[in-house]
Amino acid sequence: MIALDVAIKDKYYANSDLVVLKEIQFSVKPGEFVAIIGPSGSGKTTLLNMISGLEEATEQTLLCNGKPLNGGKAFPLGYVFQQPRLMPWLTVNENIQLVLPTTQETIIKTLLAQVGLAGKGDYYPKQLSGGMQRRVAIARAFAVNPELILLDEPFNSLDAPTASTLRLLLADLCKSRGSTVVFVTHDLSEAINLADRIIFMSHSPSSIIHQTTVDLPKPRTESGSNELAWQAKLMNQYPQILSGSLCTD
Amino acid sequence: MSPLYGRLLILIILASTWQGIAWLVNSSDFPSLFIVMESFIYHFFHGDMLINLSVTLTRVLISFIIAMILGVMIGILMGISKRLNQLSDTLLIIVLNIPALVTILLCYIWFGLVESAAIMAVVINKVPTVVVMIREGARVVDEDLLNVAKVYKLSLRKTFFNVFLPQLYPYIMASARAGLSLIWKIVLVVELLGRSDGVGFALNTLFQFFDIAGILAYTFAFISIVLVIENLIFRPLDKLIARGIHHDRA
Repeated sequence: MIALDVAIKDKYYANSDLVVLKEIQFSVKPGEFVAIIGPSGSGKTTLLNMISGLEEATEQTLLCNGKPLNGGKAFPLGYVFQQPRLMPWLTVNENIQLVLPTTQETIIKTLLAQVGLAGKGDYYPKQLSGGMQRRVAIARAFAVNPELILLDEPFNSLDAPTASTLRLLLADLCKSRGSTVVFVTHDLSEAINLADRIIFMSHSPSSIIHQTTVDLPKPRTESGSNELAWQAKLMNQYPQILSGSLCTD
Repeated sequence: MSPLYGRLLILIILASTWQGIAWLVNSSDFPSLFIVMESFIYHFFHGDMLINLSVTLTRVLISFIIAMILGVMIGILMGISKRLNQLSDTLLIIVLNIPALVTILLCYIWFGLVESAAIMAVVINKVPTVVVMIREGARVVDEDLLNVAKVYKLSLRKTFFNVFLPQLYPYIMASARAGLSLIWKIVLVVELLGRSDGVGFALNTLFQFFDIAGILAYTFAFISIVLVIENLIFRPLDKLIARGIHHDRA
């Protein structure tokens, strides 16, 4: 399992002098599910891109189990992007097969069954609905047996029932694999539902304004009284927290 | 009306228009369809048409394959590397605008009236247009999909053949289509100027005898071959490439 230490100083937007991330520092314990919440444009996607190695800042330290993330020993990483990002010219099976080093028909079949897409393996992405495409993207991320999995608002713009099915599915998959998870969202109840810990970010240039452990027993439900009470307490304490501010007025 | 009937109908309209004009003009410079057919049968069964066609077709195919491979490779490199593009952009524009005739003449003068000079002249004429099209495709390759390949640490081979190249297929198809028609036109000029066989050579001979029916017969023969290639090779390829891209929701 993977422990993650992130320290980023001044990450600029590509080809610009606008600062996206400023003094970001946090750690994720092995097998921990961390949710990151912040207003739009607060550089959450940039943060995930940096953890995945797609982007870099001039001053950054990304450690995985105490060793540098890039250049260190490669470990399986799953990344569910905001858009499904499937190859349109490959079938569902081929899309998942693509990220696997060897042919693994049974693994793909089991995974598709787990995400509720049994028998859809020979369809092309365009033949599936948006929610189904996201499920394929999730299956693809779990196919590599990820030690670390990054999710970027994966349930954005889905209807509520589909989103909650997928949330349950995600919680199940993470629990059975024991993967370390960094989950970006702007939906507080979603974060409370899934995460062990929530990190709140400010407006751009973003820094971490608050961290809190969700000390509720799992499995949780979306509108359970404990969960709602927990959320109400937080919102009561920091009414502006979702717009990236700890101000109390 | 099915598409096949539609196509046939247009052919029939074209043919009858021609036949009508030929009757009205009534001149040996505008032979009627029947005379052209007669000439076709004569050249096909008693002349060298089959040999000339096969010679020309071989030249077309060889130069087509070489030009496509070179053009796609150079186009991809120029599309993904800004520096290489800046370095070779001017050269590309120069080569693109050298008249086909000049390349042909120079190749014959420098390398002699040989087969390889002919092929080379055609290739030099075609490569730049392929490069221009493929370069556009390589420039607009979806960065998001390439990032998927990067995150999941796909091998260079997998990334190229499964993520990068499929995005270029429509561009490759377009340049192949445009390429085939351009190439066979240039091959005819090459043959006319410096070869003693092929359709171009035959046309030159027919021209010297003012055998207009013969010229048209040869033209039809070649156009039919191109139509066959279009239907047997390009259409099925189109379908293969469009898989997954133009599907409707199930």
